[in-house]
Amino acid sequence: MKRTSLIVFAVVCLIFVLSWVLKAGTIDGDNAIQDAFLVTLASFLTLAIMSFMYKDNAYYKFAEHLFVGVSAAYWMCVGFWSTIVGNLVPRLSEGLSEAFGVPYLGGELDFGFLTLPYPLLYFIPIILGAFLLFRLVPKVGWLSRWPLAFIVGTFAGLNLVRYLRSDFMSQISSTFVPLLVDWHGFGHFFANFSLAADGQFVAMFSNLVIFLGVVCGLIYFFFSKEHTGLFGKASRVGIWILMITFGASFGYTVMGRISLLVGRLTFLFKDWLGIIS
Amino acid sequence: MGNIGPIIVLALIAAGLVWLLLRALKGQEVDRRVIFAFILVSVAAPLLMPVTFKAKPTPIVRALFDAIDELPEGSRVLLSFDFDPPMSPEVQPMADVITRHVLAKKHQAICMTLWATGQAQFNITMNDVIKTDFPNLVEGVDWVNMGYKAGNEGVLNVIRTDFKKMFPTDANSIPFDSIPILRGVRSCGDFDLIISLGGGRPGLKEWVLFVGDPTGVPIGAGVAAVVAPQLYPYYPRQLVGLLGGVKGASEYESHFRDNYEQYRDMPTPAMVMMGPQTVAHIVIMAFIVIGNVLFFLARRKEGQS
Repeated sequence: MKRTSLIVFAVVCLIFVLSWVLKAGTIDGDNAIQDAFLVTLASFLTLAIMSFMYKDNAYYKFAEHLFVGVSAAYWMCVGFWSTIVGNLVPRLSEGLSEAFGVPYLGGELDFGFLTLPYPLLYFIPIILGAFLLFRLVPKVGWLSRWPLAFIVGTFAGLNLVRYLRSDFMSQISSTFVPLLVDWHGFGHFFANFSLAADGQFVAMFSNLVIFLGVVCGLIYFFFSKEHTGLFGKASRVGIWILMITFGASFGYTVMGRISLLVGRLTFLFKDWLGIIS
Repeated sequence: MGNIGPIIVLALIAAGLVWLLLRALKGQEVDRRVIFAFILVSVAAPLLMPVTFKAKPTPIVRALFDAIDELPEGSRVLLSFDFDPPMSPEVQPMADVITRHVLAKKHQAICMTLWATGQAQFNITMNDVIKTDFPNLVEGVDWVNMGYKAGNEGVLNVIRTDFKKMFPTDANSIPFDSIPILRGVRSCGDFDLIISLGGGRPGLKEWVLFVGDPTGVPIGAGVAAVVAPQLYPYYPRQLVGLLGGVKGASEYESHFRDNYEQYRDMPTPAMVMMGPQTVAHIVIMAFIVIGNVLFFLARRKEGQS
């Protein structure tokens, strides 16, 4: 390690300890020292991640690796306690349920022509779950394809029906909008003309945009006919519609990312430094 | 005089942008770190010297407000906290104000989560809203926390027809049948309104696909900005209303405060966040303009040479 790096490391450690001590003095309660340590650690990790914007460095790498490691460990624990203990154990065995401190949910599943008790039925996911781990053993690795096939097949079946109904049929139905909303003639229209967001004009304009947007967007993706003349112009409008849509998505993404920065800065200013209320 | 701080900061940012433009016009490159510094200052300054804007609700936000407001007292509202700490700055304000609205209207709030991390986010709402603003409400009678259940869409597919099967107890291990608020609840069809708070998967899309459309129960939502554009097409036929990002949250907070006098002094984190958002967006737009000016100048130079 270079001498400069050592000096920087020593300074960072010194600031950390100073911050910890000062923070502990501002927190009331029995766990003041522990809470102050956690707040200070979180602040330094935030700054370590943000330091990447200047350039890649060891502090950023440390924070990144720590995050990945902690996340992996966290999700493994969550998987065990929520899926195995939370969903499987209560339906599998009364003794195991008692051991893990979860209520036993003994019961049976009625298929109509066949009734199977829960413990017998839930041995199937245990066996399939074990098969998934066989991927680590080359000789019997092929067995891991069975549960994978089951997972893919189940979700494909479930999603096919749901997406077909909600994202296909319902969305097509939603584009069949009236171009004349609450229409009682031109006299009524101009007499009650308003640019209010919930007004008649805006509703009609929105529906017109939906109608033209869908038609022109589809024309842009229709390659069986050359994009010339009126067809070409509609295709150009389709490109504009797509660009505006991407622009709106980009704008929302920027808003989301700025919100994340606001969240982190609020933590630094409020919880760590205490300079905003 | 109170506004002198923000005005000075805005003037400094504007002067900096002009300096950047002039520098760029001379053909000098702008280091990316300068752009990062500008964004940092434009977000930090309005936080240190808060600038709040009164937000007027858009129809899609007002629709969700009205959907909650027009339900008869005692209606059952299911709130699903499907988000995590990274989404918290955007979605937590929505969760707080919607929960406050639901309880202020004396509806019954049944809370759950499809995300393991959602449990901790619900605890924030429970401490900051339920226990602070509604100390007289009784858990199990006026509101209940059903906790987290693993299984993503699988959970939704089951609770659509049998809620108890997936949630045999609440988060405190109290049996389903012993919870007064859940008497009469057999499936998701027994709720008067479902509100999904999140922005990932599983989230609003799965609620619409697996519960809203098959059962016909009205679904409303508050989602992170990144996914909002993909979900707007569900409104108004498949969604009763939607809050998109912190902008939607600020509109809801503003509208709720205007309509409920007793909560005029409630915390409005989303409205506070709109200050940094506005300044940061102006700076980003300025960067886009500067970038385009340079692009066209460079093209003209190429054409001349």
